Amino acid sequence: MPFSNEQRPDPDALLAMVNLRESKAQRGKLRIYFGSSAGVGKTFAMLLAARKMQAEGVDVVVGLVETHGRADTAALLEGLEMLPAKSVTHRDRTLSDFDLDAALRRRPMLILVDELAHSNLPGARHPKRWQDIDELLSAGIDVFTTLNVQHLESLNDVVGGITNVRVWETVPDTVFDAADEVVLVDIPAEELLARLKAGKVYFSQQAQHAAENFFRRGNLMALRELALRRTADRVEGDVQAYRVDQSIGSIWKTATALLTCVGPDAGAERVVRAAARLASQLNADWHAIYVETPSLQRLPAARRETILASLNLAQNLGATTAVISSPDVAESVVAYARKHNLSKLVIGRDPNRRLWPWQRSSGQRLAVLAPDIDMIEIGREAKDRGSAARTDATAASFAGAESPERHKRKNLRYLTAALACSGVTVLSMPLAPHFDRSNIVAIYLLTVVLVGMRLGRGPAALAAVLCVSAFDFFFVPPRFSFAVSDVQYLLTFAIMLAVGLMAGQLTAGLRSQARVALHREERAGALYELARDLSGAIQLDQVVKISDESIERTFHATAALLLPDPTGRLDLTSSRSDPELKVDLGIAQWAFDNAHPAGAGTDTLPGSEVMYVPFRAPVQARGVLALRPRNRRLLKIPEQRQLLDTFAALIAIALERVHYVGVAQDAVVSMESERLRNSLLAALSHDLRTPLTVLLGLAESLTLGKAPLCGEQLETAVAIQDEARRMGTLVSNLLDMARIESGEVKLDLQWQPLEEVVGAALDSTRSLLVQHHVEVRLPADLPLVRFDALLIERVLVNLLENASKYTPAGSHVTLSAEVSGNDLKVAVADDGPGLPPGREEALFQKFTRGNRESATPGVGLGLAICRAIIESHHGSIVGVNRPGSGVSFSFTLPLGTPPVATTEADLEAAHG
Amino acid sequence: MAEPVPLALLIEDEPQIRRFVRTALEGEGWNVVESGTAQQGMTDAGTRKPDVIVLDLGLPDGDGMDFIRDLRRWSSVPIIVLSARLGEQDKINALDAGADDYLSKPFGVGELLARVRAAGRRQQTGGGAHAVIFQFGEVTVDLSLRTVHKAGALVHLTPIEYRLLSLLVANAGKVLTHRQILRDVWGPSHAEDGHYVRVYMGHLRHKLEDDPAQPKHILTETAVGYRLVQVARE
Repeated sequence: MPFSNEQRPDPDALLAMVNLRESKAQRGKLRIYFGSSAGVGKTFAMLLAARKMQAEGVDVVVGLVETHGRADTAALLEGLEMLPAKSVTHRDRTLSDFDLDAALRRRPMLILVDELAHSNLPGARHPKRWQDIDELLSAGIDVFTTLNVQHLESLNDVVGGITNVRVWETVPDTVFDAADEVVLVDIPAEELLARLKAGKVYFSQQAQHAAENFFRRGNLMALRELALRRTADRVEGDVQAYRVDQSIGSIWKTATALLTCVGPDAGAERVVRAAARLASQLNADWHAIYVETPSLQRLPAARRETILASLNLAQNLGATTAVISSPDVAESVVAYARKHNLSKLVIGRDPNRRLWPWQRSSGQRLAVLAPDIDMIEIGREAKDRGSAARTDATAASFAGAESPERHKRKNLRYLTAALACSGVTVLSMPLAPHFDRSNIVAIYLLTVVLVGMRLGRGPAALAAVLCVSAFDFFFVPPRFSFAVSDVQYLLTFAIMLAVGLMAGQLTAGLRSQARVALHREERAGALYELARDLSGAIQLDQVVKISDESIERTFHATAALLLPDPTGRLDLTSSRSDPELKVDLGIAQWAFDNAHPAGAGTDTLPGSEVMYVPFRAPVQARGVLALRPRNRRLLKIPEQRQLLDTFAALIAIALERVHYVGVAQDAVVSMESERLRNSLLAALSHDLRTPLTVLLGLAESLTLGKAPLCGEQLETAVAIQDEARRMGTLVSNLLDMARIESGEVKLDLQWQPLEEVVGAALDSTRSLLVQHHVEVRLPADLPLVRFDALLIERVLVNLLENASKYTPAGSHVTLSAEVSGNDLKVAVADDGPGLPPGREEALFQKFTRGNRESATPGVGLGLAICRAIIESHHGSIVGVNRPGSGVSFSFTLPLGTPPVATTEADLEAAHG
Repeated sequence: MAEPVPLALLIEDEPQIRRFVRTALEGEGWNVVESGTAQQGMTDAGTRKPDVIVLDLGLPDGDGMDFIRDLRRWSSVPIIVLSARLGEQDKINALDAGADDYLSKPFGVGELLARVRAAGRRQQTGGGAHAVIFQFGEVTVDLSLRTVHKAGALVHLTPIEYRLLSLLVANAGKVLTHRQILRDVWGPSHAEDGHYVRVYMGHLRHKLEDDPAQPKHILTETAVGYRLVQVARE
């Protein structure tokens, strides 16, 4: 039955799901034991489950569990492996904390880490424990953890409102929502209170008082409801995901998406949380944007940071965030909503600060601009005003603390404005008898406008006031007094003042716009320049030099490019090292391995002075940029961060390009040299073997001829044959050696039984060993081994040949094999005279023989080839004298995991 | 009735090799036609209708592989390939293209004669497949009853082992590459599962050979394939 359009699963969504599932398959699984408050028994439940897993054979390790001295919980810990806690010295106190690195080294299948919301001690890699856990999951380790409802970011304020206790350790909802399983641990409020009375819930001395306030029946019930609801929401999400996955049912995610705006007011955080809750209830995506107008850009840095913090909060709550620079908030919000197809707008209620009755609130303006978009206004909390005032106060104090130089320059501007007014007054004095007063007013107006244009808003206002005063004092009768005889001059004053203020305002606006445009152009210019320079670079040194210089110039920072060596370790040598930049290679390596920024201005080890930005290229990270800006605030400004990220991306692509240019060149060179070597060896092989064939064939046809040879002639003919055959073996050995020595020999590795090559080797050495007693001892259950049959046969042939050459006729030769650890060990032993003592190792060198210049033929290439072959198989070969007499040569081949041979029944079934 | 004298076509550019091969073959009672080039060889193969072709892979006027492919379009005469090249891939390619057997240079005259003899015999009987009873060593294979006996005792073979054995029997004396065996026994979809052949060949040896580590009949041509030898070498 064909699907109607609404019912058909969206292919993109299905693809995303497949990708998600794939990345999830490699990631560890996260299970959260979720409860309404402390004391419900989350840790207990987690430990019970862990013990069960351990009983099922799962490798479980306890990373960190707080028993709070409860005996029943501690009892559960017995028999579980505990990871030692890391002790950290902090402010002269030794504290213990979860040891992330030890956990990553230990790599259990499942690790237990209590208290997801915990904040790590300063100096730890991540500020928050959930980030530690994220890293564990990325490493493919499953994690069990615990969480209380009040620690969930989006419910944080709600819980704070209910209990009047606001907790500061929070976990982003995305972590909670991304958890693979959430287990709700729930007990009724009465029972919890009973447990509390029985002293089963532990609190530290300091928390005792707060706890008494917290554990009231009403609070507990409300918290329990919240926890249940949140879990229910999640379960519903799971059900929906399942339905989408299984293509059942008709509930499809609607196209609804929310947009919320973050403003400079303190209520922004509240709006963001409200939007997050709404989005999760609607099961919709949501975006949070901050429109930065020129006036907002003039805000002191502390206020801007508050705004960025709200935006960051939105991101943590799962929003897509953006910063837009535009003079008109309403227009750009509507444009953004239309571009991203967002049908609902969540905004905070406008504070009443309209100057004029005809000014509209931004909400009203939005309604006019986009009548089709739903708007949700979030109310304000009374106390937000207070906090707004407080932020303003801090902002003001911050503004007051600006640099003395700037302060001086500002004073100078006011002084110039005052001087201009006095100057004009002095110049106008002689004109007064000759010109009408209205002309004098025009001169003053001109002054005010000029001051506004040159010096800005503040000085323009000052100039307006001064000019009005001067005009009044010097020109308006009665002169030399501020009294005014004619009322109409009051209008003149008002107009002058208004013109002055407006001119100042106008020019100030223009100037700030120009400044924004200039900054933007500077950024674009820097990017353009970097892109152009990098596109011309074909060598690594060039890329490093260009990037170093460009970053230092653009960001006023000391920078270094750290590039990895072939093993993936970063080193400093690749960049010119600057002593001023104290690079911590550990952090840099972390940033590189995780392809995530670290150090100053990030979530990971923010205590460091240096920021580490990985160069994320399409294929893999190509290095790390270590950056130490002279002004640390620079890293917090979103435009600068974006610019830095763009720089990093550009450099990453340039590095990747250079890398692949190198790879391509190497490939061409190696292909060319391999082709040359192969054709050379092939020609050599042909040219050496053809005359040998003739020699052997002719000698042999002598012995097989119709006219039988006499004894001596026959002996000669047989001797020629033997020598020709030996020569043939020698040629093969030499050619093989040349091939292996060149390092380019491609092993034809196949899974095969050893028995087969043993048979082939014995077959080809049969004529040499006719006078020896050969014994083969192969266990029937030898596993398949992966090797190049031809080369291993050559090893066996050489070893057997040696045995025949160096032992007298009638000796015993034993070929045996056994599994030893992770290797297959094959030995060829004889009971001949053995090796000259002390020469065991030297025999494996090229052109070495047991007895120099002995009559036994061969140049001693055999064992050298054996070693080369075995080592190319990652095995080892040794020769030792056996106790008693004789020598044993043995080599190993790694076992590995043979492919599962399909059983006969399967194959039969497949054949039908 | 006089038995017709068998004819061998020898395609080899090295005159000295031609000389001793001719001497040896004539000693065995063969007529020998010699060609120095692939082109001449192709003409001779068409006009003289040889019973066996001995072909050198490195000819001055073309690749021996092309010769085999061209010839196989219209003739099934046994081809024995001589190779002086490095590695086994050339031999495998030649066998896959349709050659019956190969010899690496330098080779002994005795070996060559044995191979030519076997090929000639195959050509005369039209291959082992038509015989109902096939024997090697102590083993008797009855192709009509699908039974295998060793020294008089019935040997139980699984269906795959039997298919493998009957393939070897049908091509007795001829070298079969891993690829050919996989294709014929397991089907074309298993062309890459080389270890199947090795594992089952091991089973066969354990059931049919006296000493599986030193087989006398089911021989391994290392890295190339297998060959069933009816008469064990001494």
